[in-house]
Amino acid sequence: MLKKLSAALAAGLLASVLAACGGGGEDTASGGEAGSGKIVLGFSQVGSESGWRAANTKSVKDSAATAGIDLKFSDAQQKQENQIASIRSYIQQKVDVIAFSPVVVTGWDAVLKEAQAAKIPVILTDRAVDSDASLYATFIGSDFVKEGEEVGKWALEEFKSATGPVNIVQLEGTVGSAPAIDRKKGFEATIASNPNLKVIASQSGDFTRAKGKEVMQALLQANPKIDLLFAHNDDMGLGAIEAIKAAGLKPGTDIKIATIDAVKDGMTALAANEINFIAECSPLLGEQLMELTKKAAAGEPLEKRIVTKETTFTPQQAAEVLSTRQY
Amino acid sequence: MTAITKHRLFWPAAILAVMLLANLIFTPTFFRIELKNGHLYGSLIDILLYGAPLILIALGMTMVIATGGIDLSVGATVAISGALACSIIADQPDQEAVGGVLTAVALALGLSLVLGLWNGLLVARVGIQPIIATLILMVAGRGVAQLITDGQIITINSAPYELIGGDYLFGFPFAVLIAVVVFTGTAVLTRRTALGLLLEAVGGNAEASRLVGIRARRLLVLAYVFSAFCAGIAGLMISSNIRAADGNNAGLWIELDAILAVVIGGTSLMGGRFSLAGTVLGALIIQTLSTTIYTTGVPPQVTLVFKAVVVTAVCLIQSPAFRAKAFRRRRPSAPAPAEAEVPA
Repeated sequence: MLKKLSAALAAGLLASVLAACGGGGEDTASGGEAGSGKIVLGFSQVGSESGWRAANTKSVKDSAATAGIDLKFSDAQQKQENQIASIRSYIQQKVDVIAFSPVVVTGWDAVLKEAQAAKIPVILTDRAVDSDASLYATFIGSDFVKEGEEVGKWALEEFKSATGPVNIVQLEGTVGSAPAIDRKKGFEATIASNPNLKVIASQSGDFTRAKGKEVMQALLQANPKIDLLFAHNDDMGLGAIEAIKAAGLKPGTDIKIATIDAVKDGMTALAANEINFIAECSPLLGEQLMELTKKAAAGEPLEKRIVTKETTFTPQQAAEVLSTRQY
Repeated sequence: MTAITKHRLFWPAAILAVMLLANLIFTPTFFRIELKNGHLYGSLIDILLYGAPLILIALGMTMVIATGGIDLSVGATVAISGALACSIIADQPDQEAVGGVLTAVALALGLSLVLGLWNGLLVARVGIQPIIATLILMVAGRGVAQLITDGQIITINSAPYELIGGDYLFGFPFAVLIAVVVFTGTAVLTRRTALGLLLEAVGGNAEASRLVGIRARRLLVLAYVFSAFCAGIAGLMISSNIRAADGNNAGLWIELDAILAVVIGGTSLMGGRFSLAGTVLGALIIQTLSTTIYTTGVPPQVTLVFKAVVVTAVCLIQSPAFRAKAFRRRRPSAPAPAEAEVPA
């Protein structure tokens, strides 16, 4: 008797759960487009490792509000598994478009295929992946190789009259991340044309100020003569400036410094001649992203690669634009 | 000779010495300490300066582990403490004012104590397992830090605050002085009074110690509060060192380094005994390892593997069972009963 009753109960429960699932699925599917009339964008950010990233996040959030797009935002805190989990949750929530800045380059095939099977277009922002291009709608972001090349060109120009060897140390970004790989590639390929320019040490500073300082301090101990520091972002450069000062040297004079990003703190140091050159990597891609989101949600075809507009800065240029800098 | 090798600090000390000497091969000037701009400068000073926050956190962790617990939340406490201090200083009209800086430091440390109390109450009063109780704050704490900083990196310009983790007093790094004071204070409190013994008793058997009249719960809470206090100071140091509060990265994974430092130093994770000097050696070994990686130019891609290999080697060398085996293989005729009789 009891057994039968519980079996019946279980069957009833199961049926109601199944019904709920089916019903819920239909609801959100129609609710996403027709219900509220708002496009839903699921965005997974890398983390907030730097001032640049904070500006990027703010740009995405502000632009979404202006464009009337319902933004679901999550922070992966530098971990790929977090990011994959949040993308999966967006797929389950049946958002209209998914956008994310991949933490690392590899390992995205499975989750991208899941999104494709659910017919949700995926937009990559700021960083690329090594998956097949058919798996995502478009990739909007900076050309990291070009940024590295810009710094390389500046270094060639700066040290063109050098007769002896020019010792370069490089502070790389997070190991395995697209900007770290590409900036290194672009920079090292460009300076190869002058055999005097040599990278004597290259270590990862994880894109953070604290690591930048700690690593630079150690590199200064190990290498008595450093002519140029190339940091893959402003924050590591700013940390390194502290280390150089602690070593009794003058940043920007005794050791030339070139970085990438052009965030406000970096530009302030550039204007003060503590940094000598910055190649911009603009985080303000929110507006472009929202346009692409609308197009993708409407099913329009998108160009596979969209490059954000960027420039380079010398100390004089930095001093001029510093007051109008948004981030 | 055997009396020295059997001292429980012998192996950590020997490992540290070998690591430092290995650096000498790659960097001939490794042991040179000079005066630059009126302060001490050199690789050894760097190791002490950057090791100071880890030493502090590991000291707190030692107390918690001595009671048979573990504190995973110290990294989050580091982030919260630095974030609160920097955001208070940034809001002040005059960032250089000593009074304002002291207020910020006091509030940050006060909040750390509250966080420690939270952990302690969860463990001692509610009876949640330490690893779970502190995991709550480990995960949530970073969110709190982000909330305080609004997700931004808060940069400040305050000479008095910079003293804590980045500047020098009479040419000596102030952060190292703080670490020395906390170490000495802890050593005196635990080894010159019965406190250390009581903590070990609680770690050995909490119920038995309660039955003989030790207030086990109160001691447990105390251990977690002390751990959070140490983490709070470390948080001030780390943010002061770069003159900025970074809610997302400050103290990230430092809890694991701290646990490793405690274990390398010879404190058992089972609780019931601890070694403060061993913990300091353990923390210095870890910091020396990081510095070694930077100065010898280990490629960033293999850094983690390199660390793993060294840490594995360090743990194996410290294991009496492993040493006995390796010893026997080299000299098959030598009897090794004395080695086997030494308790771990």
